[in-house]
Amino acid sequence: MSFSIPRFKLPGVLSTIGARLPQWPHSLALASALNVAARIGLLPDDSLALLEGRSFLVEVLDAGGQACFCYRDGLFRPLFTAPASPDLSFRANLSAFLQLLARQEDPDTLFFNRELSIVGDTELGLVIKNMLDAIEWPQLPTLPIFRH
Amino acid sequence: MTRPRVPQLICPAGSLPALKAAVDHGADAVYLGYRNDTNARNFAGLNFDHKAMVEGIRYAQSRQRQVLMAINTFAQPGRAADWQRAVDGAVDLGVDAVILADVGLLDYASQRHPALRLHLSVQGSATSYEAVNFAHREFGVRRAVLPRVLTLAQVETVIRNTPVEIEVFGFGSLCVMNEGRCWLSSYATGESPNTVGACSPARYVQWERSPGQMTTRLNGILIDSFGDDEPAGYPTLCKGRFEVAGDTYYALEEPTSLNVLEILPEIARAGVAAIKVEGRQRSPTYVAQVTRTLRAALDELARDAQHFHVKAAWQATLAKVAEGSQVTLGAYSRPWR
Repeated sequence: MSFSIPRFKLPGVLSTIGARLPQWPHSLALASALNVAARIGLLPDDSLALLEGRSFLVEVLDAGGQACFCYRDGLFRPLFTAPASPDLSFRANLSAFLQLLARQEDPDTLFFNRELSIVGDTELGLVIKNMLDAIEWPQLPTLPIFRH
Repeated sequence: MTRPRVPQLICPAGSLPALKAAVDHGADAVYLGYRNDTNARNFAGLNFDHKAMVEGIRYAQSRQRQVLMAINTFAQPGRAADWQRAVDGAVDLGVDAVILADVGLLDYASQRHPALRLHLSVQGSATSYEAVNFAHREFGVRRAVLPRVLTLAQVETVIRNTPVEIEVFGFGSLCVMNEGRCWLSSYATGESPNTVGACSPARYVQWERSPGQMTTRLNGILIDSFGDDEPAGYPTLCKGRFEVAGDTYYALEEPTSLNVLEILPEIARAGVAAIKVEGRQRSPTYVAQVTRTLRAALDELARDAQHFHVKAAWQATLAKVAEGSQVTLGAYSRPWR
């Protein structure tokens, strides 16, 4: 048996609180993580080139958090003020993002079920989606804790 | 009593992780394509570059699975050499078969590479045994993929009247299924699967959000609008809602996915050689979910065809990943015919 992320929604009060907190730490954390992924070769160069000069918004609805970043001169850079209309925005609840990252759910499935919203430049969205799908995640170590 | 021959399971691979997911979860063969317009799933960031192709083919073949390369668009004026090079490249890579639609390309492949195994793509639009036998006689085609417009009885008639192996679709998104002849996308954008390898190319698609609803436009043409609780589908013209004689509804086709689990025993009995899963545009997660489910069903069928019954868990998995969150037997079941 493997661990499975359930579908859940955080209590409404969290989004109210979360939305009042500063958002720049999320942007900084996400941009840094993406740069690490690019540096260790997880993100293919030809797809990265298509992101040049574009801005992105990732919004976790039920946590009230959002991250903004752009890709410029080969680096993901946090944006400390959200652009009025980012080139691409992803919006979903935390569980949907976690299920996506864990490859437990397919992005089209989440989109069909209206759990994931993608607004903006559709072709850019496709590039990102296919770039994430093509990542070969390093194998988890086979420590006893990962074997159930 | 002889055990029924169970069709091969052919699964989609739009990326290396998807290919590995298909192989790991029980596909007998995977199909894939180049990152260009020789491929009817020519979407930004999808498909295989040379390095990934080599690794994918090695991964599958070293596990005794087959790799089929789809070169399934139509050669465009003045550029026939691009499609011919794609076929030559497939031979160099050592794929098990190529899936072609263009008659000129079938002719090239059969003359230039007589040992290459040829499959007639669904885009070749062969719906009768005469058409299939023509491809066999002229180009030595060994397998044909039938368009999703035939009833099961019609599929059986084709099989009884041809020496060519027959492959049919088993699961995946449906459209109007006028495969190889559909120009709806061109009507709105000037581009279609047959010409550039994509239906409703992404750069023409706009999703717009407003409070309580999402609207979809293709090159400015309003296709559909969804309330927040309504399931969505792909932004193709054939799955739009249009006003016809005062009513607004899915006039051409509802967003839905084909699912043949219910008639798997009949499909096997009819002598279908292979069933194909649609969805090279989808993620490794989808490929794993669908391959695992269909593998389990086919294994169950091989074990005991008499007592085969569809498990609720299989149906639930397939319904969840289906477009518009609903499934259908499509044209296979048309009692009124």
